[in-house]
Parts: sequence; structure tokens; C-alpha cells
Amino acid sequence: MKEEELRATVIATLKTIAPEVEEGDLHTDKPLRNQVDLDSMDWLNFLIGLHEKLKVDIPETDYAKLVTLGDVLAYLQAKTK
Amino acid sequence: MDRPAIIRKTAADLRVPPNLADYAATREAFSWDAVRAELAGLPGGGLNIAHEAVERHAQGVRRDHVAFRFLGEKAPQDISYGELSGLTNRFANVLRSLGVGKGERLFVLSGRIPELYIAVLGSFKNGTVVSPLFSAFGPEPIATRLNLGKGAVLVTTEMLYRRKVEKIRGELPTLRHVLLASEDGRPTNVPGTLDLTTLMAQTSDHFDIAPTQAEDMSLLHFTSGTTGTPKGAMHVHGAVATHWATGKYALDLHPDDIYWCTADPGWVTGTSYGIIAPLLHGVTSIIDEAEFDAERWYRILAEQKVSVWYTAPTAIRMLMKAGAEIARKRAFPHLRFIASVGEPLNPEAVWWGKEVLGLPIHDNWWQTETGGIMIANTPAFDIKPGSMGRPLPGIEAAIVKKDAAGKVSPVDTADTEGELALKAGWPSMLRGYLNNEERYRKCFAGEWYLSGDLAKRDADGYFWFVGRADDVIKSAGHLIGPFEVESALMEHPAVAEAGVIGKPDETVGEVVKAFVSLKKGFEASDSLRMELLGHARKKLGAAVAPKEIDFLPSLPRTRSGKIMRRLLKARELGLPEGDTSTLESS
Repeated sequence: MKEEELRATVIATLKTIAPEVEEGDLHTDKPLRNQVDLDSMDWLNFLIGLHEKLKVDIPETDYAKLVTLGDVLAYLQAKTK
Repeated sequence: MDRPAIIRKTAADLRVPPNLADYAATREAFSWDAVRAELAGLPGGGLNIAHEAVERHAQGVRRDHVAFRFLGEKAPQDISYGELSGLTNRFANVLRSLGVGKGERLFVLSGRIPELYIAVLGSFKNGTVVSPLFSAFGPEPIATRLNLGKGAVLVTTEMLYRRKVEKIRGELPTLRHVLLASEDGRPTNVPGTLDLTTLMAQTSDHFDIAPTQAEDMSLLHFTSGTTGTPKGAMHVHGAVATHWATGKYALDLHPDDIYWCTADPGWVTGTSYGIIAPLLHGVTSIIDEAEFDAERWYRILAEQKVSVWYTAPTAIRMLMKAGAEIARKRAFPHLRFIASVGEPLNPEAVWWGKEVLGLPIHDNWWQTETGGIMIANTPAFDIKPGSMGRPLPGIEAAIVKKDAAGKVSPVDTADTEGELALKAGWPSMLRGYLNNEERYRKCFAGEWYLSGDLAKRDADGYFWFVGRADDVIKSAGHLIGPFEVESALMEHPAVAEAGVIGKPDETVGEVVKAFVSLKKGFEASDSLRMELLGHARKKLGAAVAPKEIDFLPSLPRTRSGKIMRRLLKARELGLPEGDTSTLESS
């Protein structure tokens, strides 16, 4: 999947949980949960949403690696290749 | 799997002799005066939480013992009792230099960073009342609470200030000072605020604790009711007697324990048992600054050698979901006691603890209003999974019923459902709701404090939670008032009316679900749903905003015009709708 396409999908998924998000305000290299109000359930639903949209398995053991938007994009990029 | 109804404890379960070994005898001999005698008291007379929690150890043999170990992105940061004394003295001096006095209110809004703990304890030293805010609150819950509590000082971080406070600063007339904790070690520089680190560095680390008395207010905890604005439950320095006794009996703290309370200090558990109780007992507390992550949590339990762990059902159920394999990658030889609070712990979770971690999980029960643990499963108790346990020494609990004349009296027959009540007068009982005497009086009937929880007591004296007597939503262990959510939704131009319920959820207990009807000229659509969700989240924050929004042509109301949340809930769950005779229309 192309990088821009992947990014758009990730942002769209995030917006189903936090529609107030403005993409322009997001720093790719800073912890996502410091920038967007996401409680544990929101975060879990975000990852489940990505799994469903992209058909990518995200095992629980990988959750700790996914902190910034950049982490999420790189992780998904590697998995959707 | 077939499991017995009782988990019997044996000597093997009690590696450390428990503080509460003989339940009946300890209850019999117990007196609050004897507990108060175990406290140090201020040298010149009086009582102050920070003196009991910090100074007593800082001036004694535990001076170099680690009080807090903060786990963040960088290397762990240890603060000893001696260091904590100096830091909290500095903070108290900052307050004094800013002209903030005894009885004024200081609000804290931050993640679990050292500055928050220092600010809370430093405020106690200055006699300043602390009111914790949850960092996942949005601007509206923050403004409501700050204004109700007439906050004079706010301690927060630059990021939270910019995201949540800056825009509403003009709506906070009582707020005189905002102290910012730096996130990267560099001094903050934000108009209208002060840099906390700079101020602390400029002052002395000596401070004479304000001569507070046991009945002086220490904490203002906001909690939600079914109607109206949040209630500010007022607590006093004398509550420390309950925190001491419950730390000893319910959490079984021993001096060498490594203790981890996972609750956030934005809620009452995170202050009573995340700050105060462990310090009173001079133990080392682990504070994890990060959010929940199963792998991380198991690593902390193992690597930090946690011996006593106080957590919550939502977290336990999330660990269960993550699977036993992650847990089995590690061993927890130091762990000896696990307790849980926030909502009833299902039997499955109690057993999961025993089967996966090697220890059953001990549920306990209390509320913001009770200030400390009231009913508990302690290490020496046999556990009946699903039960909250038995009343602690010094606490008399009963199931009460109202008779036709409105008189409340205890029900003696076992297994009868009724309201859970406590005999008033324990030290950490709330002393009132701020500016709301009427609501406070409604909590009592004669000598009984009425909890609003429905429960049963069995023949062995164990209490079992049945449900709430009101419409308050309990999500991830936190109370959410439907009114606050409805009000925020009603502020959107498309919304005509809103009704908010707790929808059962297997992980967090209940999720907030909103039903809205629209004003003329607006049509239900997915994009409007998303717009409303975003609107509510921006105002309320993730912790309070609804997770689901449904549209209805109109909401059911009683003849007196109240939205029937119970009916909305019954319909949502496909349950019988009950007596609808007071309904406005069908």
C-alpha cells in the first residue's frame, strides 16, 4: 500500500473514534495519546479498527511498540507489504 | 470449568503473617481512638496528612527508603522519604510566596508525574485544600469543577494547559496562578503561567507545616450524581486514621513491601491509596506514568518485584483478554497480595488471578464519599468470588430498607436485597458536599450513611453488589453523571434533547451511550453522528464523552418532563420496559 494511502486510512480510522482530530495538528513523531484524548478503550478500538480495515494482525504483544503515529504507520507499512 | 464457591486460604497463601489474622477478635477490640493513637500528630498539636505520610519517615529511620519510584520513558526515578520532604517543603514555600493560604483550593491536572505528587503533599503542608482533576477530562468538566471549588491555583503541564485550559482561562475568575510542570526539563514559558521548577528552585527546602486540625479540610473530590452539577465531597486531615487502618488491614501493607496502585490520582483511589496510604506505612510505591499495556504491566510486576498490587476490574479484564501466554512468560515470586476496586469483580476474574498469577484477586468496596476502603476481602479471608467481602474493623455495614413512613432500618434476614448503608462516623467519611447541604443530608437516614448501591449480605456476613439505586454510569470504575454528558450534547445546535445511559460492556463495566433527538431542520446521518461525537469529546474529554450515539425521533419522558433513562436502557438491552404508567406518551 502506498504511504499516503495508508496514512489516510489510519487517520480515517482514528477519526471514527475521535472525530474532533485535525490531521494538521498531529505530530507524527510524538506519542499519539498525548495529542489526542484516547482512553484505553478508544486506543483498543483504534487498533481493532486498523486490523479490520487493513486485514493486518496486530498481536497484543506489539501494542507497546505503537506509540507515535509514525510507529503505527511504519508497523503497518511493514505488515502490508 | 467447575470451581468451588469458596477459595479457602491455607498457610501457603500467607507467606507473610497478615495484619488482620483474627477478624472477629480484631473487630471486637477495635477503636478509632486506638488507631488515632498510632498516628504521630503534629509536634505542636493538630494533625496533618503530610506530616504522617512524609515527615514522620523523613525524620526517622526510613529517611533514605524509597517512597516513590516513577517509571516513565526514561530511567526509573526514585524519590526517598527524605527527598520527598525537601521537595514538598519547597512546594509549600512556593504556595506561601504566592500568597496562597490555608483552606484555599489547589487543583491538579496532570498525568502521573512527580510534580503532581509533590504538589498534593506540599499543599497539605500549607493547609491548602487539594482537588484532583482527571487528565482525560475535557475543558468543560475542568471548568465546572474549578469554578464550583473556587480554585485559586492549578498545577498542570504545558501540553494539558495549551490543550484544555488556555481557551477557557477567561471563564475561571477565581484562578490566580497556574503552575506548569515542564515536560522536557526546560523551563516553560507560557503567558499567564509560572514555571514550577524555577519557583521551586528559588525557595527553601525547610517549611513548618501549617497547624491543621483533624477537622480541617484536606481534599475536595468531585463525584457525579444523576442530576445537576458534580458534587464536591469534602474530606478532612483526620481521614488519615482510616487510610492508616485500611492500609494495614485491607491492603496488608508491611514495611518492606513494594506496592503498586494502578489508579490515577485524578480519582479518589489514586489519592487515598496511590499517595496517602502507602506513604503512611513507609513502603515503596511504584508509579507508572504510561497508560495500560498488558506486556508492560507484567514486566513492571516482575522487574520491580511488586509484592502488593491494588488494581481495578477493567485492567484485570484487559489483562485477561490479552491472554495468559504473556503472563506466563514471566514469574512473580514477590507478589503476595492482589486487591481490586472500582466495580464488582466477576468470579471469573478472581479465579483468573489464582490460575494465571498464582494468587486470587481480592475485591473491595468503597466510594468517593467514604474516603477509604470499607468492605474488603483481606489476605486471611476465604474468598467467595463475586463478593466484595466483609466490613473492616471499625466499620459497621448493613442492608437497609425504607418502610412506608420513610424510616430506614437494617434488614437482618440474609440474602435480602436492599441499600448498602454504613453506620456514620468513621474518620474518612465526607464532611459535606461543597455548597450543597441538602444533597449531603440526603445521604443520611438517622445514623446510617446511604451508599446508593444495592446489595445483599449472606449468612456468613459477606456482602454482594447488586446494582446502583440511581442512573449514575460506572465506566472503568469511574462514576459519570448522565446529566453532565446530556448538557454538553444539548449545547450542539442540532440537538433537541439528549438521554444518556450506561450500556453494559464486558471490559469496562459500562460504556456511555447517548440517545439524541434532533431539532427541526436537522437530519440523522452518520456524519452528524460523528460531528456530535467530536463535539462531546472536545467538551468532555475521552473519559466522560459517549462512545456511542443513537438518534431517536423523541425521547421518552415522565409526565413531569424527566427523561426516562431507565426506559432507554431497557430498550437498548431488550428488557421488559417495566411500569411505564408515568410515561408522557407511548
